[in-house]
Amino acid sequence: MSDLLSAAFVTVFIATVIAQAMPLMLAAVGENIGEQAGVLNLGIEGVMLIGAYTGFIVTLTTGNFWLGMLAGAVGGVVGNLAMLVLNVWLGLNQIVVGLAVTLIGEGITSVLYLQNNAKSVTSLGAPPEFKIPFLADIPVIGPALFQQSALFWVAVIFVIAAGFFLSRTNWGLSIRAAGQKPSSLDAAGGSVVKIRSHAVLLSGAFVGLGGAYLALITTSTFTPFITNGLGFIAIVITMLSRGRIILVAITSVVYGLTVAIGPALQVLGYNVSADVIKMIPFIVVILTLIVFARTSVVPPALGTSYTRGAR
Amino acid sequence: MTTPIAPDVISLRGITKAFPGVVANDHISLDIVSGQVHCLLGENGAGKSTLISILAGMQQPDSGTIAINGVPAAINSPKVAVDYGIGVVHQHSTLVPAFTVLENLMLGESGLMLEKKRAVERLDELAELLGAQIDPNVLASDLGLGQQQQVEIAKAIWKGSRLLILDEPTSMLTPQAIEHLAESVDRVKRQGLAVVFITHKLREAYSMGDCVTVLRGGRNVGHISVEELASYDEQQAQDAILSAMFGEDIATVGADAAELAGATAATREIQAIDLDRRAVRLSLAGVSSRGNSRDVEVSDVTLELHEGEILGIAGIDGHGQGALAEVVAGQRTAHAGRVNFDGEDVTRLGVRRRQQLGIRYVTDDRLHEGTIGSMSVALNLVVKRIGQRPFWRFGQIQRKAVDAEAAAQIAKYEIRTPSPATRAGTLSGGNIQKILLARELTNGAQLVVVNKPTYGLDLKTVHLVREILIDFAAKGGSVLLLSTDLDELVELSHRIEIVSSGRIVGSVANDGPGTAEKVGQYMTGAIEGVH
Repeated sequence: MSDLLSAAFVTVFIATVIAQAMPLMLAAVGENIGEQAGVLNLGIEGVMLIGAYTGFIVTLTTGNFWLGMLAGAVGGVVGNLAMLVLNVWLGLNQIVVGLAVTLIGEGITSVLYLQNNAKSVTSLGAPPEFKIPFLADIPVIGPALFQQSALFWVAVIFVIAAGFFLSRTNWGLSIRAAGQKPSSLDAAGGSVVKIRSHAVLLSGAFVGLGGAYLALITTSTFTPFITNGLGFIAIVITMLSRGRIILVAITSVVYGLTVAIGPALQVLGYNVSADVIKMIPFIVVILTLIVFARTSVVPPALGTSYTRGAR
Repeated sequence: MTTPIAPDVISLRGITKAFPGVVANDHISLDIVSGQVHCLLGENGAGKSTLISILAGMQQPDSGTIAINGVPAAINSPKVAVDYGIGVVHQHSTLVPAFTVLENLMLGESGLMLEKKRAVERLDELAELLGAQIDPNVLASDLGLGQQQQVEIAKAIWKGSRLLILDEPTSMLTPQAIEHLAESVDRVKRQGLAVVFITHKLREAYSMGDCVTVLRGGRNVGHISVEELASYDEQQAQDAILSAMFGEDIATVGADAAELAGATAATREIQAIDLDRRAVRLSLAGVSSRGNSRDVEVSDVTLELHEGEILGIAGIDGHGQGALAEVVAGQRTAHAGRVNFDGEDVTRLGVRRRQQLGIRYVTDDRLHEGTIGSMSVALNLVVKRIGQRPFWRFGQIQRKAVDAEAAAQIAKYEIRTPSPATRAGTLSGGNIQKILLARELTNGAQLVVVNKPTYGLDLKTVHLVREILIDFAAKGGSVLLLSTDLDELVELSHRIEIVSSGRIVGSVANDGPGTAEKVGQYMTGAIEGVH
């Protein structure tokens, strides 16, 4: 058994963790941006699927992974337009609209896939690799971390940039104020609707990107309901992370670990039922919620629409 | 930032603003001149806050114009108001509690990056101007109320204002903090800014203002110019303001007018009682509460309330008053300590059992917790007796009995409603408060907990509510009076306990002048450290 804990095994394990963590991380960062501005996006599951499908279709037809990722982000923005118009502009109930968006996203991508793609072989193949000189030559972690697709590095940069913008810019401060106390932002001369609109669109781009990452890189294909609840896990992670991007990143990696550990156990010779393995991430999420949910902190204005003068 | 050479004049002409059913501002005209403190005086509902919202760009007037140095200015959003240099300190804090002081001050800046260094420099400048010490990195939620207000003022003049508006700035401050505020206002004025100071207390208008405008029923009913105010002695000024404030009502309010308007320092109105000879009705021993809300819980509270006594609980808003009231009413569990009522342990009893024993609670959230707005006045009056005879029999509501009870209460407590069937939510705040008092004080009430009973009410109703409470105590009832209004506590209470962060930090017997100062010292000492 100890032979199995070879360098190759560890390399694959780390790579799997990262591949599973990245889509969630991107989606959760997106959800986080929206929630910081006070917009609860329960449509995230549907928007992820839309991003995944558009990314998949574009890469399938053009063969270009970069275009696919871009299309995923655009698809996410389009998917979030419903939230923008109905929630931010018209002040409808965020929960109802969010669930509708999730159902629409699930339905529309399944129908399109079954109509257009189900009959052909649809693996996208491997994305272009990007070796970081020297670092990639480090044994074990070199191939796992520094021989990733270039898309991985772009995603990492986006996540860091999101954290930077939220904490260091006036714009990020306004977003947080919109979720904490919209009336303060209004009184300070900012526009709550405008700031929330920015946040929702940016949120859509990140969520769509997460979906596209899942389709293009993690699984190299698209199947209906491919997200399998990942969007909802992103909502949980966002709530547990108290608006801190670093915590979003860490919890996403922990999730990646729980997904990767199942196949690893099987490789190591433990005979665990596949059903149990599939359950692990969700069990971990539920346990985490039981332990930490009471201390989770959401922005006070989350889920409420803002009307000037109404207290 | 710049000191204007010629005095700036902001002129309001014929400002009118109507809301459904009420004209909040009715052709109000006034001039605000730089280097002066212009006091706007009027009771709740006189239209002060609406006028300020219009100046701050939060609301648009139906008609009328605002001109700055003769140039018409259309202030159609808060941003435009900020650009014109109009800074407002609202009655309710606009600081984001989860942000640091610095973040709060930088909110609304343009430019991409947060420029902390420049912000710190600007804060230092303003802190010096205000004579305040403000730590830029502390969370706004950790500030004491006086400091919070200094930050709000700094925020209002952050970008170099020409006009600073303070909306009821003293309503929750200790006497000591009010003094400090007066100094800051004076310094700001000397910098050449115009200051509008809104208050419903006459003595503040007189001591801080250079000129006074009195609003009543949405109209400008009296203006005392700088020259006039300077030439009046205190009594003349008081008479002039009072007659403007009350108009023909002065006859009904009578001798209490001056007191209601806060013309003089409050004095005790209730008759002294000998506590030693009165039985203890309610006692709390080491009570700590636990709830699911974010409110401050009470911890280790011990107090006694006698028959016929009004015990005041003073404290800054949100320091556990809500939890204390609910623990006594039975709406919140006490996880430690004992609550005794007439010698009986009621710690484990629920709301309804306590009600039957005579414990009643008038909440401060009269619109949501206290009444059901969409139900009739009559039903609201019996809503706490659901299922009880004679209003319900065999699970059936008895309309006649309910209507008879309602008619009696409406007459007794002078509730002004078109009919008992009117939806409660359509009544004014004062009448809703009367519904609550009528409901809680009938049917064998022994002890009533009242939380901020006169907050936001017009002066006549304030007067009436206080009379009701005094009357209840005179007949042997006990009142636990939680209030943030020191004057009210001094007028009504036999003793005052001071609560801070859920703990009782002091107790003052209300037996002579200086009570308010003593209470203020406890509050200041507990919350803001020693100055």
